[in-house]
Amino acid sequence: MNSFDSNPATNSLISSEADSQRTLYPYVTGTSVVGIKYKDGILLAADMGGSYGSTLRYKSVERLKPVGKHSLIGASGEISDFQEIMRYLDDLILSDNMWDDGNSLGPKEVHNYLTRVMYNRRNKFNPLWNSLVLGGVKNGQKYLGTVSMIGVHYEDNHVATGFGNHLARPLLRDEWRENLTFEEGVILLEKCMRVLLYRDRSAVNKLQVLFSLCGIHNS
Amino acid sequence: MSVNNFTEPKFLVGPILRVLNRVRRQYIQNPVSTLHTLCNDVVCKMFRNQYDTDVTTWSPAGRLFQVEYAMEAVKQGSAAIGLRSKSHVVLACVNKANSELSSHQKKIFKVDDHVGVAIAGLTADGRVLSRYMRNECINYFYTYESQLPVGRLVVQLADKAQVCTQRSWKRPYGVGLLVGGLDESGAHLYYNCPSGNYFEYQAFAIGSRSQAAKTYLERKFVSFMASSRENLIKDALFALRETLQGEKLTSSACTIAVVGVGEAFHILDQETVQALINEFEIAGEEAAAPDQAGVDEPSAADDQAAPVDQSAAPMDM
Repeated sequence: MNSFDSNPATNSLISSEADSQRTLYPYVTGTSVVGIKYKDGILLAADMGGSYGSTLRYKSVERLKPVGKHSLIGASGEISDFQEIMRYLDDLILSDNMWDDGNSLGPKEVHNYLTRVMYNRRNKFNPLWNSLVLGGVKNGQKYLGTVSMIGVHYEDNHVATGFGNHLARPLLRDEWRENLTFEEGVILLEKCMRVLLYRDRSAVNKLQVLFSLCGIHNS
Repeated sequence: MSVNNFTEPKFLVGPILRVLNRVRRQYIQNPVSTLHTLCNDVVCKMFRNQYDTDVTTWSPAGRLFQVEYAMEAVKQGSAAIGLRSKSHVVLACVNKANSELSSHQKKIFKVDDHVGVAIAGLTADGRVLSRYMRNECINYFYTYESQLPVGRLVVQLADKAQVCTQRSWKRPYGVGLLVGGLDESGAHLYYNCPSGNYFEYQAFAIGSRSQAAKTYLERKFVSFMASSRENLIKDALFALRETLQGEKLTSSACTIAVVGVGEAFHILDQETVQALINEFEIAGEEAAAPDQAGVDEPSAADDQAAPVDQSAAPMDM
């Protein structure tokens, strides 16, 4: 994010009437989300802070949520845009359930849907100002992926957003391995979150952790 | 040419009055059929009753005749057969060419790697619906990067057909579709009707002389679920042969398509089909003693465990 552009005083040349209709810069933001695959599924961790610029204003913001029966989503960036995304996903899951035919959208489908939404919005110059982590388990298959606000998306064994990419991923590259147990996964995530608390200005010391298990449906 | 003569209103009054009087006289005698006579004057007068002109007209017995007539169109098409096991679906069609000079009518369409459809009835309608199905599958894959479940595709197709039964400016699609596909919950075979109804089947046959195939399938369907791919194709060929009623089954007159776990939907090429035909039955059906060989054949081929050598003479009883 350009600090130059986020300062209204410096971009009066390019601002216009139509700007009130689209997202120009974020206001209430969440910081990093970190996600890893472990033996039985996915672990996501994020702190519960919502910053208003440099002020750590809100300290009980849930940035991780379950989606449908199989998936978990975590978001950093503009909180109100995350709430909008949750509305889209609730509609999507509802329509999927209305078919009532034994098929259900898994994490891969939700991830791809979100990619299309984010990319579409970016093309209209009205982005949803979020970086999302999407993970879950369906039919024994673990899935962990991420989508950025411009529609860049990929899957990996461990993903992070924002500062997490710079501080947590190096730790994970060194210490992550296949088939971590639940306890080992939590310890690893805790290590990442501690480093983030030390070094990230917008981190707060209250955490949220979500996990998803093989064979268990979110309820 | 004087403008006045042709444009003055009273010039046209005479002819108009004559027509109106004719209609009036007819109307007094019989109101309802007058309307039909006017409408159907030049066109054929083969309608059966007064409630079948519009698809939006109910009959007193609660039937929509236009929809039923559309289903008749399906029965006029050449036969199409579908059967499924737990892991595979086989679609088979009779492909009669109009003349020796022309090519065969295309009756089986690949909709996606996991779904295909066999049609009977108005092939043009079938082609258009296949294009719709292909679009739906592609769009779903673009958004979700996974295959559209067959059950959902079939419902969308049925809803599309239903619309045509409830608009006065449309007509029902005159084609029956056997949709065979694979998804997370296994292999499925559906039949989509012009009425907008759809049913799931273990095995089904549509088109002309499909009753003969259905009789064969009814005898054997219990074993289909656990059938192997080869046996499923064999049963499809036998069922197809039933619809030919004595004519020789050759690979040039039929089309077979398969979809299964680990096997994308594809139409078997002619050599493969001919080899299968030779393997599963005696090729020169009418070359052998006619009636006796014809009757004994199915049971002999059923007992057959190993494939018959292609160049061998007809099997002894």
